[in-house]
Amino acid sequence: MINLVGKDITAGYGGVDIIKDINLHVNEGEIVVIVGPNGAGKSTAMKSLLGMLKLTSGSVKFSEQNITNMLPQDRVSLGIAFVPQNQNVFTGMTVEENLEMGAFLRYDNIKDTIDQIYELFPILREKRNQSAGELSGGQRQQVAFGRALMTMPKILMLDEPTAGVSPIVMDDLFSRIIEVGKTGVGILMVEQNAKQALNIADRGYVLVNGKNSREGTGQELLNNPEVRKSFLGG
Amino acid sequence: MIDILNAIVVLLNYIIIPGLSYGSQLALGALGVSFIYAILRFANFSHGEFMSFGAMITILFTWLFQSYGINLGFLPTALLAIPFAILATIALSLVTNRIVFRYYRIKKSPPVAIAMASIGVMFVINAIVRIIIGPNDTKFLDGQKFIIKAKQFKVMTGLNEGLAIKSTQVITILFTIILLSFIFWFLQKTKTGKSMRAFSDNEDLALLSGINPERVVFITWLIVGTLACVAGALYGLDKSYKPFTYLGLVLPIFAAAIVGGIGSPIGAVVGGFVIAFSEIMVTYAYKKFLIYLLPPSLEPSGLVQLLSTDYKFAVSFSILVIVLLVRPAGIFKGKTL
Repeated sequence: MINLVGKDITAGYGGVDIIKDINLHVNEGEIVVIVGPNGAGKSTAMKSLLGMLKLTSGSVKFSEQNITNMLPQDRVSLGIAFVPQNQNVFTGMTVEENLEMGAFLRYDNIKDTIDQIYELFPILREKRNQSAGELSGGQRQQVAFGRALMTMPKILMLDEPTAGVSPIVMDDLFSRIIEVGKTGVGILMVEQNAKQALNIADRGYVLVNGKNSREGTGQELLNNPEVRKSFLGG
Repeated sequence: MIDILNAIVVLLNYIIIPGLSYGSQLALGALGVSFIYAILRFANFSHGEFMSFGAMITILFTWLFQSYGINLGFLPTALLAIPFAILATIALSLVTNRIVFRYYRIKKSPPVAIAMASIGVMFVINAIVRIIIGPNDTKFLDGQKFIIKAKQFKVMTGLNEGLAIKSTQVITILFTIILLSFIFWFLQKTKTGKSMRAFSDNEDLALLSGINPERVVFITWLIVGTLACVAGALYGLDKSYKPFTYLGLVLPIFAAAIVGGIGSPIGAVVGGFVIAFSEIMVTYAYKKFLIYLLPPSLEPSGLVQLLSTDYKFAVSFSILVIVLLVRPAGIFKGKTL
């Protein structure tokens, strides 16, 4: 089975550990959400799975293969894609060029994948020759999403995909995420909009102060009074 | 009517044609500087010396071919030498990258530190060049010097003014058109070219797309070595080769790159021509030109020259200052390829 597993991860920046002994995993076809208050280390946890920062201890495995010391760009070729929260498009390049860059490592015909992405995000087909820097926030997010999908990932990580977009666009993005999840891609995302995210999630993790505080199915977490009280707004 | 034609010929002969060829040389130089800035994010002050090195190797090969009696007939032998010089300049740039610039890139040094290192590289290459070829003026142009001579032109057209077109000017302009078209095609249409634009646009995202930074840097030095060598050889062929002039050339080249928007290839080309034409237009004596156009009673008594040619560099420097004050990002808003 294809999965990405982080075991007992401790990591941080400049010698200060932000996350301590965290356990996370995501299986193929599953939507997993990491929620938690600001500064809980959600993004850090995700970045450490991707190898963007060095682990103090712990290990990362992709389908049983140990990738703890692998460079992020090498993990991309394994099938792990990442959409950063900010600066997640090539602003000076057209929408189509952004998608082509996502397929940089592929030598097969990418035309079909581009068409699939245009079907998923019809607005991108319309704007294919416009430079990504001129698009609205929600459209940019779709380009970023599309670029990551062009790698044909098995595991897709999204860092706050709905940050800074309107509620309508947010709902729209979430429904696309569900569609992508149905194709068998495992999705791990960090979300500020915890309620909506847990609603669509198969499983969720709650991080508090850099530690695993709770985990369960989306519904379980949504119905948990403690989780509701602490950051779902009652 | 004849007077107007004469005035146009004067303009062509003293401003437009020299401006086009000098502008082409600056454009090629500035494009190299822009490439380094867009990909490696530092100001490469040693670029003038890469040009000087390329010109020197061209001269050495020209001499070698001449000693074997190989020539290109009416074309300069240097054209045959340029491909070899390009290879040598690329080798030099790769070696410099390996022993100097790579270290700072991997250490993620601030751009200013790398720019300072490039000044060191500039002095070292300058010294190497002077050890090999000496500090004196070298002329290495052979073949047919003029395509049209002033006298021929006068006989042909019956005008008072002659138009001289040097073969080096035409060669310079042709080379520039070919190289520039190739580079713009490469950046816009090929996968590798696009990956370089992506890398310069957003380095982290390029890594996340699987673009290999080492390869992008390698190709950047290939292009920069080629551009520097061709620009240097053409400049030397057109004017005459002297190592120290290339130290001075760094100023108009940087002015061109910054005016156009450093990092933007199209900006570098436009900037090159802006600087070249300004230098020539501000330092040209317009007396002859005006005599043809104005009635005799208004004939100017002075030379009608804004600045002496000694102030050539002051012109590029002033334009640089004005652009930095008014539009710091340059005409084309630089930073990315």
